[in-house]
Amino acid sequence: MLRVASSALAIGAKHGRHGLRIVVLVVLVAAVVGLILWVRMRRRDRQSPHATGSPTPKADHAVRRDERSAAIAVNRRWDWNGGGNQNTIEARALTKRYGNKLAVDDLSFGVKPGYVTGFLGPNGAGKSTTMRMIMGLDEPDAGTVTVNGRRYHELGWPLREVGALLEARAIHPGRSARAHLWMLARTNQIPRARVDEVLDLVGLSSVAEQRVGQFSLGMSQRLGIAVALLGDPGVLMFDEPVNGLDTDGIRWVRGLLRRLASEGRAVFVSSHLMSEMALTADHLVVIGKGRLIAEMPIDEFTAKNSNAYIQVRSPNLAQLRSALEGAGATVTAGDDESLSVRGLSQERIGELAWTNGIMLHELATQSASLEEAFVESTVGNLEFSGGTSLKPESTEGGAQP
Amino acid sequence: MSTATASDTQATSDPKDHSRFSGVLGSEWIKLTTVRSTVWTLLATAVVGIGLGAIVTSAQASRWATRSLVAQATFDPTRSSLAGLLFAQLAVGVLGILIMSAEYSTGTIRATFSAVPRRPRVLLAKVVVFGVVTLVVGEIVSFVAFLTGQRILSGKAPSAVLSDPGVLRAVVSGGLYLLALGLLALGLASIIRLTAAAISSFVGLLFILPIIADVLPSSFTSDIGRFLPANIGTVMMSAHYHGTDPFGPWTSFGLLCAYAAIALLVGGVLLVRRDA
Repeated sequence: MLRVASSALAIGAKHGRHGLRIVVLVVLVAAVVGLILWVRMRRRDRQSPHATGSPTPKADHAVRRDERSAAIAVNRRWDWNGGGNQNTIEARALTKRYGNKLAVDDLSFGVKPGYVTGFLGPNGAGKSTTMRMIMGLDEPDAGTVTVNGRRYHELGWPLREVGALLEARAIHPGRSARAHLWMLARTNQIPRARVDEVLDLVGLSSVAEQRVGQFSLGMSQRLGIAVALLGDPGVLMFDEPVNGLDTDGIRWVRGLLRRLASEGRAVFVSSHLMSEMALTADHLVVIGKGRLIAEMPIDEFTAKNSNAYIQVRSPNLAQLRSALEGAGATVTAGDDESLSVRGLSQERIGELAWTNGIMLHELATQSASLEEAFVESTVGNLEFSGGTSLKPESTEGGAQP
Repeated sequence: MSTATASDTQATSDPKDHSRFSGVLGSEWIKLTTVRSTVWTLLATAVVGIGLGAIVTSAQASRWATRSLVAQATFDPTRSSLAGLLFAQLAVGVLGILIMSAEYSTGTIRATFSAVPRRPRVLLAKVVVFGVVTLVVGEIVSFVAFLTGQRILSGKAPSAVLSDPGVLRAVVSGGLYLLALGLLALGLASIIRLTAAAISSFVGLLFILPIIADVLPSSFTSDIGRFLPANIGTVMMSAHYHGTDPFGPWTSFGLLCAYAAIALLVGGVLLVRRDA
C-alpha cells in the first residue's frame, strides 16, 4: 500500500494537482491485485485429487470410482453399514514442514467406516498437524488427503460430511454455547433444532446460554464434541477427546465413540494414551516423529510388537540359566531373583527344570500390554531415525505430559 | 453437491450458491451480534462521535465573538459538528479489527474455516455484514452529530441546514468515511491477525503518520498530507469545497475506498495462503 501511495505521490508531485489521475492509478492497481487473486483461486480450485494425487492411469481410475461411491455415500449418509473397504479419510504421502522441523513425513493411511481408528503417537508426533491438514486448515507441503474422495475445500457442506473436535478451547469465550453452535450450523444450513439436539446429546442444555469463557475444560470438551456432531456427519475426528474429562465423562466418550462407529460412521481418534486406545479402538494408525510406524488392527499390533517373555523365579538361578541357555533360550536376568526367558515355551522350561532337578518358584508368561507394544514400536523408530535415547518418553512424550 | 468437483469449480454459477452465501452471511451476523465487544464499540462510536461534536460546537458558539475575522470567515459549521467522527473512527476501526483478529486469538477461525473452507467467502461475508452495520450506525451518528451541533450553534454562531450547498453531501460522507475506515481496519486485521498489532498499526496510520508528515519539509507535507486518511476525512466532511483542498471530496473518498480495497485484497490472498 505504501508503495502504491508513494508512486502515486510521485506522479502527483510531477503533474501538480491531478487527483483523478492518481485515483485511477490506485484503482488500476487494485484491479490487478484482484485479477491475480482470482487467477490464483481458480488454479487452486482446479487441483482436484486426480490431477495431483495419482500418477498412473490405473490409480486415476481407482480414484474416480472412489469419488462416485463417495457421492452415493453422501446421499445415503452412513446407512451403508460396514461400507466394505472404502476409506473415508485417505492420506497419501502427506508431508508438512514447519521451518526446519518435519512435522509430518510422507504419511499415508486410511480410515474405514464402521470402525474406531485410533491415531496413536507421542506428543509432538504430528497427530494434530495431520488432523488440521485433513480439515483443510493447514496446507500440506506435499501429498494429498481426501475425505469421502474429495479434498476438504471441495466438500459442499463440510460439516455434514466431517465433524471434528480439534481444540476444545478454540471458542470465543464471550459467546454462548448455543450461539457458537448456531453460528456454525447456519453456514451449512443445518436446522436450528439440531443445535438443541446436540446440546442435549452432550449434556449441556442447562448451560446453553452461558458464556463459554465460564466453562470448565470438560464442558468445553463436550461443546467441542457437540460441534463435531452438529452436521450428523459420517466421518468424525476427535483430537484427544478425553482430555480434561472426569471419570464419568471419559466413560461417556468411550461409549459415544463406540456407538458412532456402530452406526457405520468412520471415527478417527487421536491419543497419546495407549490405554485409552486399548479400550476404544479397532484399528490403529501409529506414528512417531511424523512417520507412519504401523497401520493395522489393534490385536495384530499388540501381537506383532509384543515382547512376550516367560518369567521364572528359582533359588537356583545360575544353574537354571545355563540349562535354559543350553536349550537355546535367550535369557536375561530380571530383578529380584528372576529370569526373563524368550524362545522357549512355558512347558519346555518346566520340563528342563524338572529334568535338571531345579526348583521353580514361579513360571509365568508375561504378555505385553498395548502400551509396551507401543513403546516397543516407537523405540525401533527412534533408533532408526538416529535418536540417541531409547526411551521415547524422555525425548518427546515427556515434554508435554 | 454430491457431484463432486465439476460443480464446485463453477460454484459462482451454481444456483444453490446464493443460498449458501446467505448462510455464511447469517453466520457472520450471529457472530457479530453475540459478543459484547460489538455493543461496546458501537456505543463508543456514538458517544464519541456525537459527544465530541457537541463539545467542539459549544466551544465555537461560546467564543464566537472573540474569534479572528479569518477564523470567522473560514468557519464551517458542518465540519465542526462532525469533528467527533474523526475520533469515533477509532472505535469503528477496533470493531473492524476485532471481528477478524478475535477469531484468530480465540481459535474460532478454525471452526469457521472448517465450516466454510472457501476462505474468501468468510472475508466477503464479514465485509458485507460489518459494512452494513457500520454504514447504518455511521450515518445515524453523523446525522445526529450534525443536528445536535447545529442546534448548539444556532443563534450564537453561523449554523447550517441540510439544504445548504454541500451540507447533505458532507453529512452523508461522515457515515461513508466511517464505513471505509472500518473496512480498512478489517483488511489490516486480515493481514496482521494479532489484535494488539493490528490496532497499533491502525492508530499509527490515523494519528502517527500525520505527525511524521508534519515534521517533514513543508513541500512534502502537503503532498503526503492529502493521502492521509485523517485529512481525507476532513475534506469529506467539509461542506465548503475550497479550491485549496488537495482533492475533491469524492476523489478523497475514492482514494480511501482504494486503501480499504487493497488492504482487503491483500488480506484475502494471505487468508487463503496461510495456514489457519
